[in-house]
Amino acid sequence: MIPGAIDCDIHPALPGLKALYPYLPEIWRDLFQDQAMHELVSNSYPPASPLAFRPGSQRSHGSLAAQLEELRSQALDAWGTRLAICNCLYGVQLVFSEDLAAAIARAMNEWIAKELLDHEPRLRASIVVAPQNPGLAAEEIERCAEDRRFVQVLMLVMGDMPLGRRFYWPIYAAAERHGLPIGVHAGSSYHNPTTPTGWPSYHSEEYVNQAQAFQTQLGSLVCEGVFKKFPSLRVVLIESGVTWLPASLWRLTKFWRGLRREVPWVDRAPAELVREHVRLTLQPFDAPPRAEQLERLWEHLGSDEWLLFSTDYPHRQFDGDSPLPPGLPPAAMQKILIDNARATYPRLVEAIP
Amino acid sequence: MNVSTSQPMPIAREMLASMAIIDCDIHPAPNAIKDIHPWLEPRWRGHLETFGPLRRHGCLTGPAYPKGTPGANRRDAWPPGHRRPGSDLAFMQAQHLDPNNVQLGILNMISPHPGGIQNPDLSAALCTAFNDWQIAEWTTKDARLRASVLVPYEQPAAAAAEIDRRAGDASFAQVLLLSRTAEPLGQRRYWPIYEAAIRAGLPVGIHAFGYGGAPLTSAGWPSFYIEEMLGHAACCQSVLTSMVIEGAFERFPALRVILIESGFAWMPSLAWRLDKNWRSIREEVPALKRLPSEYLRQQVWLTTQPIEEPEVRAHLLDIMEWIGWDRLMFATDYPHWDYDDPARCFPVRLSADQQSRLFRDNARAVFGAN
Repeated sequence: MIPGAIDCDIHPALPGLKALYPYLPEIWRDLFQDQAMHELVSNSYPPASPLAFRPGSQRSHGSLAAQLEELRSQALDAWGTRLAICNCLYGVQLVFSEDLAAAIARAMNEWIAKELLDHEPRLRASIVVAPQNPGLAAEEIERCAEDRRFVQVLMLVMGDMPLGRRFYWPIYAAAERHGLPIGVHAGSSYHNPTTPTGWPSYHSEEYVNQAQAFQTQLGSLVCEGVFKKFPSLRVVLIESGVTWLPASLWRLTKFWRGLRREVPWVDRAPAELVREHVRLTLQPFDAPPRAEQLERLWEHLGSDEWLLFSTDYPHRQFDGDSPLPPGLPPAAMQKILIDNARATYPRLVEAIP
Repeated sequence: MNVSTSQPMPIAREMLASMAIIDCDIHPAPNAIKDIHPWLEPRWRGHLETFGPLRRHGCLTGPAYPKGTPGANRRDAWPPGHRRPGSDLAFMQAQHLDPNNVQLGILNMISPHPGGIQNPDLSAALCTAFNDWQIAEWTTKDARLRASVLVPYEQPAAAAAEIDRRAGDASFAQVLLLSRTAEPLGQRRYWPIYEAAIRAGLPVGIHAFGYGGAPLTSAGWPSFYIEEMLGHAACCQSVLTSMVIEGAFERFPALRVILIESGFAWMPSLAWRLDKNWRSIREEVPALKRLPSEYLRQQVWLTTQPIEEPEVRAHLLDIMEWIGWDRLMFATDYPHWDYDDPARCFPVRLSADQQSRLFRDNARAVFGAN
């Protein structure tokens, strides 16, 4: 590992809905108590599932202070990480009430700033927004953007509508205005079946299907003209699996050649647009079994600039101590670990007062 | 790397002339639904005229997303008299089968495939009628053609009965499903279809398309036909994922699945992803005994059209190598707009051995053709 890595995906966990109470208006606190609403944990990561925790990380049983201590020693110190971006996953996207979702998102961001970022200078964070109401989401981006420790806006890959839809454009306008990339993370609002042919039977099946969701979302962002409308917007695909990308771009570009009349605003080849606007975090990396296949795949990717180092800590995406998949070209390491993230997230380059 | 990316690298026409090929995806169509009336019970003729077929999308006629060309057809594939493309055998012979030296053509009747029609009795009756029509109008008139057994796939018991009815009839080469079903195709409710296909000794072809009710993406409905087309690759990855993890391949080792018109370059990454998640899959589904990629490697075939086109063409060879030269089968998709011309569609130079596998031998082995 090169010292000073930037980890673009770690997951501190909210200890529970009650942890948000200090940041929620009284009306919501009262309602939660009257309704006996105790938790909003998503189905995406059942806390005891084989994917949820790396061996030795026990944060679900500890206090927030203990969790932070564990995170410092296991993720930041252990890998020599200089900065790490917190993507806090909680049930904001699950609820159907726009007002409730926006209230929880706002409380989440206040909790993140005061209970995480104030306590560990190496942490940065994504702004949690409730995409159920993009107007309210844009207001929340405006509110949080003043705090330069917030470096991107967080959305899920399986939401209510494809991400390119104009419905979501107020979010992108606010993000672009403040130099914040849109981070699209694996996970679902569970408002649509989690595969394109209906509900799967198994968690692991649903998890495999995250990669297919990323493929169709890339198509939506390109075809709807998001990158034309927001020329300086960056999108980071987080926890996508990565290796589906070349085949998907070949297909998208081929169909664009045949069907571009349907989307005339897409006036450049999709592969080119995606290369310019989109980045992917490293873990999980769905690697081929043989080293020479990885060498070939790296040529298919065709650039050292796609990948942003991530560990997905504390999720169990790799065995052993090294978060780097074996076989990546050594010459690309400086870019993957540090430079690509600095080029993608302008705020990571700033000194925080 | 010294690879030109500007021009396709065609296979010489004269080489094709000496090489009979198998086309795994040809689309016949009735000129009008009235064409199948002779094989349809009278009550359904009136029913169709009165109500039409109720499907899981809103358009009374035509597709949910307007296609790139009328009926998604090649503009030069309209037979004389402006009959519907795919409806005129003589025209198909002259435009496609003869000049391309097609030795065996697999008919996939998908416009419409009645398996997704909501009315269960109408769906079953139309499947039976279209199967009879394929024999009468196509396979008995041209010995190069073999049909697919259309089945009412949302009613697996009725589907199995239709397969049993056709078992042993050499007119049929495979069972045909669409990929966008009401639920993922690995689920147990569909298993009677697989059992019947195995009984009949037929592979199960899954052709991209259909409307099963779920939005076309797991994030809802996209806006454009181009996204629907893109989504077929994602959807078919989900179909295979379901078939592996639900244990359909484990339960039925004799089950052979052919994915038709969903592309193929995504297959290696899907296999890697499934294997990477083997720990959690195995813990959740202990009935699975083998690595997911092994089921895919042994029980799944892919047709080639529409071929993904890398900027550096040689990259396609890596993908084909990783999938396995025994797994890919050539298809044209005649008469649709994104038809693949056997002389021009492969953007890379193939060895004689690779050509004979892709264009003929693999399909011959799967369909048991001579």
